[in-house]
This record gives sequence, C-alpha cells and structure tokens, in this order.
Amino acid sequence: MKARAFSYFRAATIDQALDAHARAGDDARFIAGGQSLVPALSLRLQAPRLLIDITHIDDLRGVRREGGHLRIGALTRHCEMLSELLIAEFAPLLHAVAPFVAHPAIRNRGTFGGSIALADPASEFPAMTLALDAEIEIAGPSGRRRVRADDFFIDLFETALQPGELIIAVYVPLFKADQRFAFDELARRRGDYALVGCGMLATFAGDRVDDIRISFFSVGNTPTRVKGAEAILIGSRLDAGRIATAQGALEGDLAPPDSDEVPPAMRLHLARVLLGRLLGRLGEGA
Amino acid sequence: MSAPLTSLDRPNSYIGRSVPRPNAKRLLAGRGRYVSDLKLPRMLYAAFLRSPHAHAKIVSINIDEARAIEGVHLVATGADLAKICTPWVGTLDHFKGMTSAPQMPLPLDRVVWAGQAVVAVVAESRAIAEDALELIEIDYEDLPVVADLDSARQVGGALVNPGSANNICFRSQLDNGTVDDAFAHAAHVVEEEFSFGRHTAVTLEPRALVADYDPAAGMLTVHHGTQTPYQFQDLYSRHYGIPEARVRVIATDIGGSFGMKLHVYHEDMAVVGLSILLGRPVKYVADRIESFVSDIHARDHRVRARMALDAKGGILAVDVVDLTAIGAFSTFPRTSVVEGNQVIRLIGAPYRFKNYRATLEVIFQNKVQTSQYRAVGHPIACAVTERLVDIAASKIGLDPFAIRAQNVIPDDAYPEISPTGYRFEALSHQTCLKRLHEMMDYDALRAEQADLRKRGVYRGIGIATFVEITNPSPAFYGVGGARISSQDGAIVSLTPSGEVRCLISVTEQGQGTEAIISQIVADQLGLALEHVKVVTGDTEVTPHGGATWACRGAGIGGETALQATRALKRNILEVAALILQAQPSALDIIDGEVVDAVTRKPRLPISEIARIAYFRSDTLPSGTQAQLTVSHHFAPQGYPFAFTNGIQGCALEVDVETGLIKLLKHFIVEDCGRVINPMLVDEQLRGGIVQGLGAALFEECRYSETGQLMNGSLADYLVPMPMEMPDIVIGHVETPTADTELGAKGVGEAGTAAASACVLNAVNDALAPFDATINSVPITPAKVLKALKRF
Ligand SMILES: Cc1cc2nc3c(=O)[nH]c(=O)nc-3n(C[C@H](O)[C@H](O)[C@H](O)COP(=O)(O)OP(=O)(O)OC[C@H]3O[C@@H](n4cnc5c(N)ncnc54)[C@H](O)[C@@H]3O)c2cc1C
Repeated sequence: MKARAFSYFRAATIDQALDAHARAGDDARFIAGGQSLVPALSLRLQAPRLLIDITHIDDLRGVRREGGHLRIGALTRHCEMLSELLIAEFAPLLHAVAPFVAHPAIRNRGTFGGSIALADPASEFPAMTLALDAEIEIAGPSGRRRVRADDFFIDLFETALQPGELIIAVYVPLFKADQRFAFDELARRRGDYALVGCGMLATFAGDRVDDIRISFFSVGNTPTRVKGAEAILIGSRLDAGRIATAQGALEGDLAPPDSDEVPPAMRLHLARVLLGRLLGRLGEGA
Repeated sequence: MSAPLTSLDRPNSYIGRSVPRPNAKRLLAGRGRYVSDLKLPRMLYAAFLRSPHAHAKIVSINIDEARAIEGVHLVATGADLAKICTPWVGTLDHFKGMTSAPQMPLPLDRVVWAGQAVVAVVAESRAIAEDALELIEIDYEDLPVVADLDSARQVGGALVNPGSANNICFRSQLDNGTVDDAFAHAAHVVEEEFSFGRHTAVTLEPRALVADYDPAAGMLTVHHGTQTPYQFQDLYSRHYGIPEARVRVIATDIGGSFGMKLHVYHEDMAVVGLSILLGRPVKYVADRIESFVSDIHARDHRVRARMALDAKGGILAVDVVDLTAIGAFSTFPRTSVVEGNQVIRLIGAPYRFKNYRATLEVIFQNKVQTSQYRAVGHPIACAVTERLVDIAASKIGLDPFAIRAQNVIPDDAYPEISPTGYRFEALSHQTCLKRLHEMMDYDALRAEQADLRKRGVYRGIGIATFVEITNPSPAFYGVGGARISSQDGAIVSLTPSGEVRCLISVTEQGQGTEAIISQIVADQLGLALEHVKVVTGDTEVTPHGGATWACRGAGIGGETALQATRALKRNILEVAALILQAQPSALDIIDGEVVDAVTRKPRLPISEIARIAYFRSDTLPSGTQAQLTVSHHFAPQGYPFAFTNGIQGCALEVDVETGLIKLLKHFIVEDCGRVINPMLVDEQLRGGIVQGLGAALFEECRYSETGQLMNGSLADYLVPMPMEMPDIVIGHVETPTADTELGAKGVGEAGTAAASACVLNAVNDALAPFDATINSVPITPAKVLKALKRF
C-alpha cells in the first residue's frame, strides 16, 4: 500500500517544529525514526497532511550527565543504546534491553523518544522508563515541563503528551553501586514483540531489597508497574518463599487482555514465570 | 549405488559437482529483473478494493467519485470484466464427483471471503489508485458465514454456495485388504486425532504481473511472476479469446514461488482484462497485506487415524479419515483437492503392510482458497503416519528406530506397491535409517537426554521417515483434463562461436534450475560450463512444457536437456567426421574440442565446425546440411511418478514453564536419485526443512468466527527466522531411477515433507515424563502449556 499524499517540513530547531505543528493543527505529525509512523502511513491507518521531520534538531540529540541524571536526547537511536558508553555505565538496563528491540535495521533508525512518545504497550523502552523512575522532558506551545514516567503512560497509545508537544529528552537517575537490574522477555522469535516482558531495578541494603521497581510490558494497555509484588519484596531477602509470594501478587497487579492467541490466564502464568526467573537472577547478583 | 554416468575425473563432468548458480552473482549484485521492478512506457497501475465481509451479497456499488479523481483511467467491476472474460471452474475429471462454482475475475453479486477483490481501479500510480479506492462505496448485505470445518459440515447449517445441498466439494475413499479384520485381531491399536493449521507461502516477492495488450497487433504480453508461463499462456488465450500464438507470457526472475504462483488468481485474470479494456500496460503487485488474504493457503486438515499392530510391533493396518476445509471454491486449474488426495495416498507409504482404508472429505468454507504449496499433502501424511508409529513404539516399548527398521519396506524388496496403490521403483529406507542413526549419534543423544532430564531440562528427540512424489506423469493433471503438460521441451544450438545455448521449458524460481541444466548440457556435450547459456521462462522463445513444479525440474527437465544435447552432439560429430574424414563413432568432444575417441587427441575445436557450418558451408561435401540446432521433447514413461525417500531427525528442548521450544539440531538423510549439484540439493533440503519447521512451530493463518484473518501481516504471522533455526546436517543416499538416462528424481519438497512430523515427535518425546501429548501443528507455547496443564 502507498501513503496518501502529504507535505514535508524539515525543522532545524525545536521552536520551528512546534510552530509548524501549531499552524497545521491536528493534521500534522512529527516524524523521527519513522519505524512506526511510516508503516502506519503506508497502511493508511494515519494520513496527516504534514510531516514535520525532527531528526535535524540538534537539541534533541546527545547523551550526557546532568546532576544525578543521565540526559538521553529524544533522537538517540536504539542502536546507540548499545554503542554509547555513558548509557552502558549509567543506564545499563537500557543497554541490556536494546538488543531485544526489533532487528538491527530498525534499531539503526528507531529513536528512544519516538518509542516513548508512541507508548506501545508491547515496547521495551517505555516500560523501562517506569522501572528506572525516569522523567520525560516535554516542550510544547506553552513551554517546557518534566513528567515522571509514573504519570506519563495513561492508556492504550495515550500519554501525558498533548497534541503538538515534543519529547525533548528522557532523564534517567544514574545507576548506583548498590543497585542491580534484570531484564528478559518471552518471545516466540528473537526481535518480536514479546508475549510478556519485564525489567526491574532494585537497590539493595546488604542482601535485602531496599527498593525495587518492576515493570512489565505486553500485559495490558500500558506498560505496568507491579506495585503489589514490589511491596512484598521491599525490605526482604530474595528467597524462594518471597519470590513465590511476589509471583502470587501478580494476579492483583496485572489484568491481561483477552487475545485470540494468548489467553489472559496464560499471560499471567508467563508473567509469574518471568518474574520468578528475574528475581532469581537479581538475588544471584544479576 | 552410483551409476557409470558420472565419472568426476573426466573433463567437463559436471553432473554430480557443486558449481555455483550462474544467476547467483547477478541476483546478489541487484541485477535481478523481477516483474515488481518492471516499468513499461505508458504503464498504469491497478489496485483492488477488497471485501471486508467473509460472505455477503453485493447490493450496490458506487464508483462515481472514484472515477472522477485525476489520474484515474478506469474503475472496473465484475460486470465490466464478465463481458470479455469467460468463467472458469476448478475441477478435474479424474476426481469423480467433485464440484466447484464457476469463478470470474471479480464477483458479480456476492463475495465469498474476506479479502476477495471486488472493484479494480487503474490509475497513473498505485497511490492514486488507492486514493480512488477510498471513495468507492459498496453496500453489502451480510450472509451467514461458514468459518470452520464443524459448522461447514453441520446438516442444515449455513451454505457457502446458497442453493447447493451441502458444503462438500469432494469425497474419496480407498479400501484395500481387510481392515476391520486386521483391527479385530491386532495385539495393539493406537489412535489419535491430528490437526494442521492453515498456512501460506510468504514469498519474498509477492505476486506480480504486468499485462500489456496491444490492440493493433491483437497481441497480449504478460510479464508474470509465475512458475508456469505455458499454463497461463493457454488460460489467458482461452478465457480472453486471443489465439494462443498471440499470447506471450514472460516469467523472468521470480522472488520465490513454492507452488503459490502456479494458480489462477482473480486479480491476475482481472489485470489482463484491464489491459485489454485500456489498450495499455497495467501493472499489479500484491502488497504483503493483500498477499495474506489472497495468495493460496494450504494444509488446514483434521485427521482421525488409527493403526493396528501385531504383538511384536509389526504394522497390520491403517484406517484414516481426513477432513480438509478449502476456500469457497476449488482453485483453478489444479484444484484444491490434490492435497487431500495426496494425504490419503501417502499415509503409511514407507511401510510394508497390506490393509488400508481412508476417507477424504474436502469441504468449502468462506476463506481464501487453498491449493498446492510446497510438499503438497506430504507433511500431513508424514506427521499422521510417524506420530502413530511413535505412539505405537512407546506403547509396545520399542525404540523409534527399531520399530521403523522393522516395518519399512526393505531395500531389496523393490519394485513394490504401497497399500494405497503407489508403485515404488526403488527406495532406500533401511540404508537411510542406518545412516541417520550414525549421523545423529543417536545413543549419545539419548544418554544426554536422560542426564538432563534429571536436572529438569526436557530435551526431545524425534525422527520421521518419508516418501516424496516427484517426476509426475500425465497421471497427475493431464488425465483429469487439465492442459498442464507433463513433458518438457528443449532447443539446443551450437552458436557460430562454438558455444551452446539451451532454451528449455523448465523455469527458475531461485532453486537453480538454470544451473543444473547448464551442468547437464556442458557435461553431455563436452564443453566448459561458462560456454553454456540457458534461457527459460518465455513462451515466445522457449518450447512448450510443464515448467517447474512438483519436483520435476531436474528429473524431467534435466532428462530433456540430456537427450537434446546428446542429439546435438551426434549432429556436431557428423559434421566433424565429414571435415576430418573420420567415422563419427571414432570421435568425441572434450572441452570444446573434437578429439579422437580412443586417444583423446584433439582434432578440431567445435568453434571451427560452427564457423565452417555457418559461414563456409560451401566447403562441406555437397548434400550436407549441418543441423546445429536440435529440438527435443521428453515425457516421463514407465513409472507414473518417481518416488524418493528419506528420513529426518531432530533434537530440541522444551521449556516446560513457558512452552517455548528451542530447536537444537536437525538431520536429514535423503535419496533423490542422481545428485546433479550437491550444493543445490543441500540448499533445497535446508530451505525445505526451514519451511517445514515454520509449519511445526510458527506459521498459522488464524481466523475469527466471522471468517476474518486475525494475523494477516508479517508482524503477526510468524515465519521462521534465522535465530530460531538449528544447524541442519545432511546425508545422501543415491538410488537413481532407471526410467531415465539421467536417473535424477526430485528433491525440492523432501525437506518440508517430514520436518514438522519430526518436530512433533520430538516435542512429544520431550513431554513424555509429564503424560502430556500434542498432536497439532503449529506447536505454539499455548498448546504446550495447555498440554502441561500450566494454565
Ligand atoms: C519490524 C519492526 C519491529 C519492531 N519491533 C519492535 C520491538 O520489538 N520493540 C519495540 O519497542 N519497538 C519495535 N518496533 C518499533 C520501533 O522501535 C520504533 O522505531 C519506535 O517504536 C518508534 O520510534 P521512531 O523513532 O521510529 O518513531 P516514528 O515512527 O518516527 O514515530 C512514532 C510516533 O511517535 C511520534 N514521535 C516521534 N518522536 C517524537 C518526539 N520526539 N516527540 C513527540 N512525538 C514523537 C511520531 O509523531 C509518531 O506518532 C519495531 C518496528 C518495526 C518496523
């Protein structure tokens, strides 16, 4: 299929991009890596009149330390999650997750900001921003603001992002010596959207969990933190009993949707298995 | 078992040698000439509006707005095309009693599956054509949908063809020996119900054609990505009333076919009509989303089968009921019943037993048509047979190798007739079994499996014996009235510079047909391979023939080339003998030189013979007319099919908590008779196995209760990918057929035939400690977890 005809504007600055969008209204879309938007255009699921190319805006690029955070520019490509040393050191969870996101050709173009903005509930990175307690910096016609990941994902493909707003960067707290992370996903083929996936970041006090944030994806309309399970783990050792209790709590934390291929009960089962395996790894030092 | 034809130490002995495909470099360099890339002057683009309903009456169609768009040249409905195209019916006479409704390029008043093309738009670009599609309004009135086997068979249920008595397309029965008696007296009876998911071919290049009707010449040229240009030449000629000689079908490079591009598709027929209506070239390339709802699907069977055995594990009888649901009509011209027919005829084929009964019922439903796709029927027959054998083995306490060794037709027992009536010339089951056992290091695998099981790791080992149908004679289609040739033709010429050009009717879809034909020609003439040029796939240039399908390219096409080349060689030597004043029998050709047959001393280059014959015929004795172009046709005689055989094995690991399966290694020992190019044979086997593994674990067209395809995109329809594929170890046994000089049989479908059966056996082997069984493919995590009662 071929896309409907559209106009194209390449923005050089954030303001240019916002202006162009404001003028075109609902009929405009920002385009970053295009790895989600272009298929949608070709399938005519979306048919905007104007595409605003944001890939030439320098302010959306780059990875750097800012205070206690790592600032990851919205245009950071999935493949840069693998090659960027600052990410490997200060956001190792993202570094570990990147190989699971699609395939090399898509990782070469797809952007971090695009993935967060799209908020596909089956995507890896949006869920990881929850586990990392990241903040998302947004620029819009009425200025800039930072939104915590916890408040960002609202419903299926619905986020705190208003029409015409742009993600500038994502701020991730720097990884610390007393922290451990774990990630895995269950997929029938490598690179596919997962049947269930999960990432977690824990702060340890000795062998006890001081704090933990566990985030699932492919389990519902949004990436989902499992606060019931987290509460069970905080303050305790990761022994088999605790892990089993945490697994049990998922029933309250998750409400997987019906699907023709993966019944809700199966997805819940897989989530439990995955949680058990990841907590086991975390306990062993991950 | 190798015959004297190949002595690899002779110069130019290419038969049996791994040489690269001459077209590989061209294709890798991006120089392929696919129909998808083709642009002709004044060419227009077609797009189709498709039915969102699985079954509905077309109440009205409004095309006014679509027609008004700038750049749109034609909006055509079923009625427009019905005026110039005659309908077709997908039945064959030898399938007694089969029925199917007449088909038209586009429907007149009723749609019968979701995705059926209803209206065509032709415009200056595909994008404009799609803009116009959005403006067409069709008013539908829903009709009851038949969306699965059970509802299709319900008495008094909804009908795919209102007015018909039921949804049955075809019924067939085989009954040999005394089946009831054998079951009554058997020491062991095993029984199981099996189900096989619908899947589809997913070629790299989708269906593509450019139809170019020239009203001035009354000539239709169709550039068509198909395996069978001659079949389409015939059909376009007949259904559009254009004399055959004025229809030219050109099938150049094709991005894969696997049987899928053998069939008549409604859009393709429509595109020819659109070009006739416009007098301009019209191009249509199915996009991936369209392919999923309009390419043929395959499989979709439910089989209930039981096997009777004596106390020691000897097979006594097999009794089978195969139900298969096709589309709303049978595919033209090869029908949708060949698959089921092959299922019931191939079940039990490797084994020696007498009593066999089978019932086949082919049923209509409101889905896209099914038809022949790589290894037609084989994977189903193989899975049913090999599961029953394994179930029996475990019940009786026999090892899977032992029960097979005991029951296969012995290598020295041929010729032999199968209980389903197939005549086997010579097969090598025993040799293959033995070889596989060694190749797998079977005992070590079993020991490792036992070890790992203690640690909670569940490995499975599976094997599956198979028989493949190749080199089909007219018994396949011709006897049923289809104008599908089982013969092939070749024209070989010595060029003025002493090279050889071979025009041949077998076609190339990436499997290396052109490579093996050049090997045979070079070998038989005595010429370096680089001096042979093979041309395929143009009805105006290459002689009429069956082309490449069902494993016939090497066996039939290869023999055609061999005999044609031998005739050319005789003619060359006759001229040489005149020039050299020798007897033709005292001469031979080596490396492009006429030599003394005994001493091999060079006498004269064949380029010199060509020069004299073409330019200085005055120097030849009067009355000499050099015949340096030879045409030759060859149709298989003797056995109606050349059966091949082999056995596959695999090792895998089941994650019993997630239901995910990791394939560890795959093995095959295969006997395709004379191997012409070992490298190409190995890659055919690997590719075929990968397709079979796709069927085993991943591929399925899933439908909703309302007949909507749920996973019609490559995001949701899972094809096998490299990361999930195991290493594939290959062994060969060669039992050439004596029906031809070449001795080659087919190999293209062997890999697909048994791979899924093998995996199914291995998964059940892995699950043995849990009292869980699976008898359905694809084996999804959901099925594994369900069997293990994990949710
Ligand atoms: C075959 C395939 C497999 C894939 N597999 C996976 C997978 O396994 N896991 C996974 O997570 N993803 C997967 N993806 C999606 C891929 O990761 C996308 O690249 C990503 O989701 C979107 O990033 P993008 O830069 O390409 O965004 P685009 O496609 O350019 O845009 C997507 C949407 O986000 C908006 N947008 C983009 N950037 C911004 C911004 N800075 N501010 C505001 N809005 C913005 C656009 O307007 C658009 O609506 C796959 C894609 C393909 C084609």
